[in-house]
Amino acid sequence: MIKPMLGIFNLAITALILLPPVASAVSVGNEAPAFTLPLLDEPEKMVSLASSNAKVRYLDFWASWCAPCRLSLPAIIKLQNELGSDQFEVIAVNVDENPKDALRFLKRYAPKHNVLTDPKGKVAAQYELPGMPTSFIIDGNGKVVYRHLGFKEKDIDIIRQHVVTLLEASADEN
Amino acid sequence: MKIEFVVGLAILLLTSCESVQPWERGTLARPEMQLSRDQLGDALYDQVYYSKEASSGGAGAAGAGCGCN
Repeated sequence: MIKPMLGIFNLAITALILLPPVASAVSVGNEAPAFTLPLLDEPEKMVSLASSNAKVRYLDFWASWCAPCRLSLPAIIKLQNELGSDQFEVIAVNVDENPKDALRFLKRYAPKHNVLTDPKGKVAAQYELPGMPTSFIIDGNGKVVYRHLGFKEKDIDIIRQHVVTLLEASADEN
Repeated sequence: MKIEFVVGLAILLLTSCESVQPWERGTLARPEMQLSRDQLGDALYDQVYYSKEASSGGAGAAGAGCGCN
Protein backbone atom coordinates (compact mmCIF):
# COMPACT_ATOMS: atom_id res chain seq x y z
CA MET A 1 0.00 0.00 0.00
CA ILE A 2 2.87 2.35 0.86
CA LYS A 3 4.74 1.66 -2.38
CA PRO A 4 2.04 2.92 -4.78
CA MET A 5 1.50 5.94 -2.54
CA LEU A 6 5.21 6.73 -2.78
CA GLY A 7 4.99 6.38 -6.54
CA ILE A 8 2.12 8.87 -6.70
CA PHE A 9 4.00 11.22 -4.39
CA ASN A 10 7.08 11.02 -6.67
CA LEU A 11 4.92 11.77 -9.68
CA ALA A 12 3.36 14.77 -7.93
CA ILE A 13 6.81 16.14 -7.08
CA THR A 14 7.92 15.63 -10.70
CA ALA A 15 4.82 17.48 -11.91
CA LEU A 16 5.55 20.38 -9.56
CA ILE A 17 9.08 20.59 -10.93
CA LEU A 18 7.72 20.58 -14.48
CA LEU A 19 5.24 23.38 -13.76
CA PRO A 20 6.38 26.73 -15.13
CA PRO A 21 7.79 29.02 -12.45
CA VAL A 22 5.51 31.81 -11.31
CA ALA A 23 7.23 35.12 -12.02
CA SER A 24 6.84 37.86 -9.44
CA ALA A 25 5.11 41.02 -10.62
CA VAL A 26 7.05 44.25 -10.87
CA SER A 27 5.94 46.36 -7.96
CA VAL A 28 6.87 49.50 -6.04
CA GLY A 29 10.57 49.68 -5.16
CA ASN A 30 11.61 47.31 -7.95
CA GLU A 31 13.87 48.29 -10.80
CA ALA A 32 11.74 48.75 -13.94
CA PRO A 33 12.81 45.99 -16.36
CA ALA A 34 14.55 47.38 -19.44
CA PHE A 35 12.98 46.82 -22.85
CA THR A 36 13.13 47.96 -26.44
CA LEU A 37 10.02 47.91 -28.61
CA PRO A 38 9.01 49.28 -32.02
CA LEU A 39 6.77 52.32 -32.36
CA LEU A 40 3.19 51.42 -33.21
CA ASP A 41 2.92 53.77 -36.19
CA GLU A 42 6.56 53.42 -37.34
CA PRO A 43 7.55 49.78 -36.66
CA GLU A 44 11.02 50.31 -38.12
CA LYS A 45 11.86 52.70 -35.25
CA MET A 46 12.82 51.11 -31.94
CA VAL A 47 12.39 52.88 -28.61
CA SER A 48 13.76 51.74 -25.28
CA LEU A 49 12.80 52.65 -21.76
CA ALA A 50 16.35 53.83 -21.13
CA SER A 51 16.26 56.24 -24.10
CA SER A 52 14.12 58.64 -22.07
CA ASN A 53 15.93 61.27 -20.01
CA ALA A 54 12.81 62.45 -18.22
CA LYS A 55 12.86 62.68 -14.42
CA VAL A 56 9.52 60.92 -14.25
CA ARG A 57 8.28 58.32 -16.69
CA TYR A 58 4.75 57.04 -16.90
CA LEU A 59 4.67 53.57 -18.43
CA ASP A 60 1.16 52.65 -19.51
CA PHE A 61 0.14 49.19 -20.74
CA TRP A 62 -3.11 49.31 -22.68
CA ALA A 63 -5.17 47.56 -25.35
CA SER A 64 -7.95 48.62 -27.70
CA TRP A 65 -10.28 45.93 -26.29
CA CYS A 66 -9.83 47.14 -22.72
CA ALA A 67 -12.78 49.31 -21.67
CA PRO A 68 -11.05 51.38 -18.93
CA CYS A 69 -8.27 52.23 -21.41
CA ARG A 70 -10.82 54.41 -23.22
CA LEU A 71 -10.91 56.54 -20.11
CA SER A 72 -7.22 56.42 -19.23
CA LEU A 73 -5.79 57.42 -22.60
CA PRO A 74 -7.47 60.87 -22.89
CA ALA A 75 -6.77 61.54 -19.20
CA ILE A 76 -3.08 60.76 -19.64
CA ILE A 77 -2.88 62.90 -22.78
CA LYS A 78 -4.40 65.76 -20.78
CA LEU A 79 -1.92 65.24 -17.93
CA GLN A 80 1.01 65.22 -20.34
CA ASN A 81 -0.22 68.49 -21.88
CA GLU A 82 -0.64 69.97 -18.42
CA LEU A 83 2.78 68.97 -17.08
CA GLY A 84 4.77 69.28 -20.31
CA SER A 85 7.20 66.76 -21.71
CA ASP A 86 10.53 68.15 -20.43
CA GLN A 87 10.55 66.33 -17.12
CA PHE A 88 7.59 64.01 -17.51
CA GLU A 89 7.36 61.46 -20.28
CA VAL A 90 4.54 59.09 -21.09
CA ILE A 91 5.49 55.79 -22.73
CA ALA A 92 2.49 53.73 -23.77
CA VAL A 93 2.82 50.05 -24.59
CA ASN A 94 0.01 48.53 -26.62
CA VAL A 95 -0.56 44.80 -26.24
CA ASP A 96 -3.08 44.25 -29.06
CA GLU A 97 -2.26 41.10 -31.02
CA ASN A 98 -3.17 43.00 -34.18
CA PRO A 99 -1.55 46.48 -34.15
CA LYS A 100 -4.18 47.66 -36.69
CA ASP A 101 -6.81 47.52 -33.92
CA ALA A 102 -4.66 49.84 -31.82
CA LEU A 103 -4.07 52.26 -34.71
CA ARG A 104 -7.81 52.45 -35.36
CA PHE A 105 -8.40 53.13 -31.66
CA LEU A 106 -5.72 55.86 -31.53
CA LYS A 107 -7.21 57.82 -34.44
CA ARG A 108 -9.74 59.25 -32.01
CA TYR A 109 -7.14 60.51 -29.54
CA ALA A 110 -3.97 61.33 -31.51
CA PRO A 111 -1.54 61.13 -28.59
CA LYS A 112 1.73 63.04 -28.77
CA HIS A 113 3.63 60.54 -26.64
CA ASN A 114 5.40 57.42 -27.89
CA VAL A 115 3.10 54.46 -28.33
CA LEU A 116 5.01 51.21 -28.63
CA THR A 117 3.69 47.87 -29.76
CA ASP A 118 4.11 44.57 -27.93
CA PRO A 119 1.83 42.17 -29.87
CA LYS A 120 3.38 39.03 -28.40
CA GLY A 121 3.11 40.43 -24.87
CA LYS A 122 6.80 39.86 -24.10
CA VAL A 123 7.23 43.08 -22.13
CA ALA A 124 3.80 42.63 -20.53
CA ALA A 125 4.97 39.22 -19.32
CA GLN A 126 8.25 40.75 -18.13
CA TYR A 127 6.23 43.18 -16.00
CA GLU A 128 3.74 40.43 -15.00
CA LEU A 129 0.76 42.72 -15.37
CA PRO A 130 -2.00 41.86 -12.88
CA GLY A 131 -4.72 43.34 -15.14
CA MET A 132 -5.41 45.77 -17.94
CA PRO A 133 -4.64 48.63 -17.94
CA THR A 134 -1.66 48.71 -15.61
CA SER A 135 0.63 51.68 -15.38
CA PHE A 136 3.91 52.35 -13.61
CA ILE A 137 5.44 55.62 -12.48
CA ILE A 138 9.21 55.31 -12.80
CA ASP A 139 11.66 57.77 -11.29
CA GLY A 140 14.90 59.08 -12.81
CA ASN A 141 16.86 56.17 -11.33
CA GLY A 142 14.65 53.63 -13.07
CA LYS A 143 12.80 52.55 -9.95
CA VAL A 144 9.07 51.92 -9.84
CA VAL A 145 7.54 54.47 -7.48
CA TYR A 146 3.88 53.68 -8.05
CA ARG A 147 1.85 51.01 -9.80
CA HIS A 148 -1.75 51.57 -10.82
CA LEU A 149 -4.18 48.84 -11.79
CA GLY A 150 -7.35 49.55 -13.76
CA PHE A 151 -8.67 53.04 -14.37
CA LYS A 152 -11.61 55.14 -13.23
CA GLU A 153 -12.06 58.82 -14.01
CA LYS A 154 -11.01 59.94 -10.54
CA ASP A 155 -7.79 57.88 -10.68
CA ILE A 156 -6.03 60.56 -12.70
CA ASP A 157 -5.93 62.73 -9.54
CA ILE A 158 -3.97 60.05 -7.66
CA ILE A 159 -1.62 59.64 -10.62
CA ARG A 160 -1.15 63.41 -10.96
CA GLN A 161 -0.37 63.65 -7.25
CA HIS A 162 2.34 60.98 -7.50
CA VAL A 163 3.87 62.53 -10.60
CA VAL A 164 3.87 66.06 -9.19
CA THR A 165 5.38 64.90 -5.87
CA LEU A 166 8.13 63.09 -7.74
CA LEU A 167 8.78 66.07 -10.02
CA GLU A 168 9.03 68.37 -6.99
CA ALA A 169 11.39 65.96 -5.23
CA SER A 170 13.65 65.76 -8.27
CA ALA A 171 13.59 69.58 -8.59
CA ASP A 172 14.68 69.88 -4.93
CA GLU A 173 17.60 67.52 -5.55
CA ASN A 174 18.97 69.74 -8.32
CA MET B 1 0.81 0.16 -11.30
CA LYS B 2 -2.30 1.03 -13.26
CA ILE B 3 -3.40 3.72 -10.80
CA GLU B 4 0.10 5.22 -10.83
CA PHE B 5 -0.06 5.45 -14.60
CA VAL B 6 -3.50 7.10 -14.58
CA VAL B 7 -2.58 9.58 -11.85
CA GLY B 8 0.77 10.28 -13.51
CA LEU B 9 -0.92 10.90 -16.85
CA ALA B 10 -3.51 13.19 -15.21
CA ILE B 11 -0.77 15.19 -13.45
CA LEU B 12 1.26 15.49 -16.64
CA LEU B 13 -1.81 16.67 -18.56
CA LEU B 14 -2.53 19.23 -15.84
CA THR B 15 0.97 20.67 -16.16
CA SER B 16 0.07 21.68 -19.71
CA CYS B 17 -2.82 23.85 -18.46
CA GLU B 18 -2.07 27.54 -18.68
CA SER B 19 -4.17 30.45 -17.57
CA VAL B 20 -4.88 33.30 -19.98
CA GLN B 21 -2.89 36.31 -18.91
CA PRO B 22 -4.58 39.74 -18.62
CA TRP B 23 -2.77 41.04 -21.71
CA GLU B 24 -3.85 38.01 -23.77
CA ARG B 25 -7.60 38.57 -23.45
CA GLY B 26 -8.10 40.40 -26.73
CA THR B 27 -9.75 37.42 -28.42
CA LEU B 28 -11.91 36.67 -25.37
CA ALA B 29 -13.11 40.28 -25.37
CA ARG B 30 -14.52 40.00 -28.90
CA PRO B 31 -18.35 40.23 -29.17
CA GLU B 32 -18.59 36.74 -30.71
CA MET B 33 -16.88 35.31 -27.62
CA GLN B 34 -19.52 36.62 -25.25
CA LEU B 35 -22.15 34.30 -23.79
CA SER B 36 -24.88 36.70 -24.81
CA ARG B 37 -25.25 38.95 -27.84
CA ASP B 38 -27.62 41.36 -26.16
CA GLN B 39 -26.11 42.63 -22.91
CA LEU B 40 -28.64 45.47 -22.56
CA GLY B 41 -31.51 43.02 -22.99
CA ASP B 42 -29.96 40.73 -20.39
CA ALA B 43 -29.68 43.60 -17.93
CA LEU B 44 -33.34 44.44 -18.45
CA TYR B 45 -34.33 40.79 -18.01
CA ASP B 46 -32.27 40.56 -14.80
CA GLN B 47 -33.87 43.75 -13.48
CA VAL B 48 -37.36 42.33 -14.01
CA TYR B 49 -36.38 38.90 -12.68
CA TYR B 50 -34.73 40.27 -9.53
CA SER B 51 -37.68 42.54 -8.74
CA LYS B 52 -40.16 39.67 -9.17
CA GLU B 53 -38.06 37.28 -7.10
CA ALA B 54 -37.05 39.89 -4.52
CA SER B 55 -33.48 38.67 -4.81
CA SER B 56 -30.44 39.43 -6.87
CA GLY B 57 -27.26 37.82 -8.10
CA GLY B 58 -26.42 34.30 -9.10
CA ALA B 59 -27.32 34.89 -12.72
CA GLY B 60 -23.85 34.54 -14.17
CA ALA B 61 -20.27 33.56 -13.66
CA ALA B 62 -17.04 35.51 -13.68
CA GLY B 63 -15.81 35.68 -17.22
CA ALA B 64 -12.78 36.92 -19.05
CA GLY B 65 -12.72 40.49 -17.88
CA CYS B 66 -9.67 42.65 -18.10
CA GLY B 67 -8.75 41.91 -14.49
CA CYS B 68 -9.23 45.50 -13.46
CA ASN B 69 -11.63 47.80 -11.63
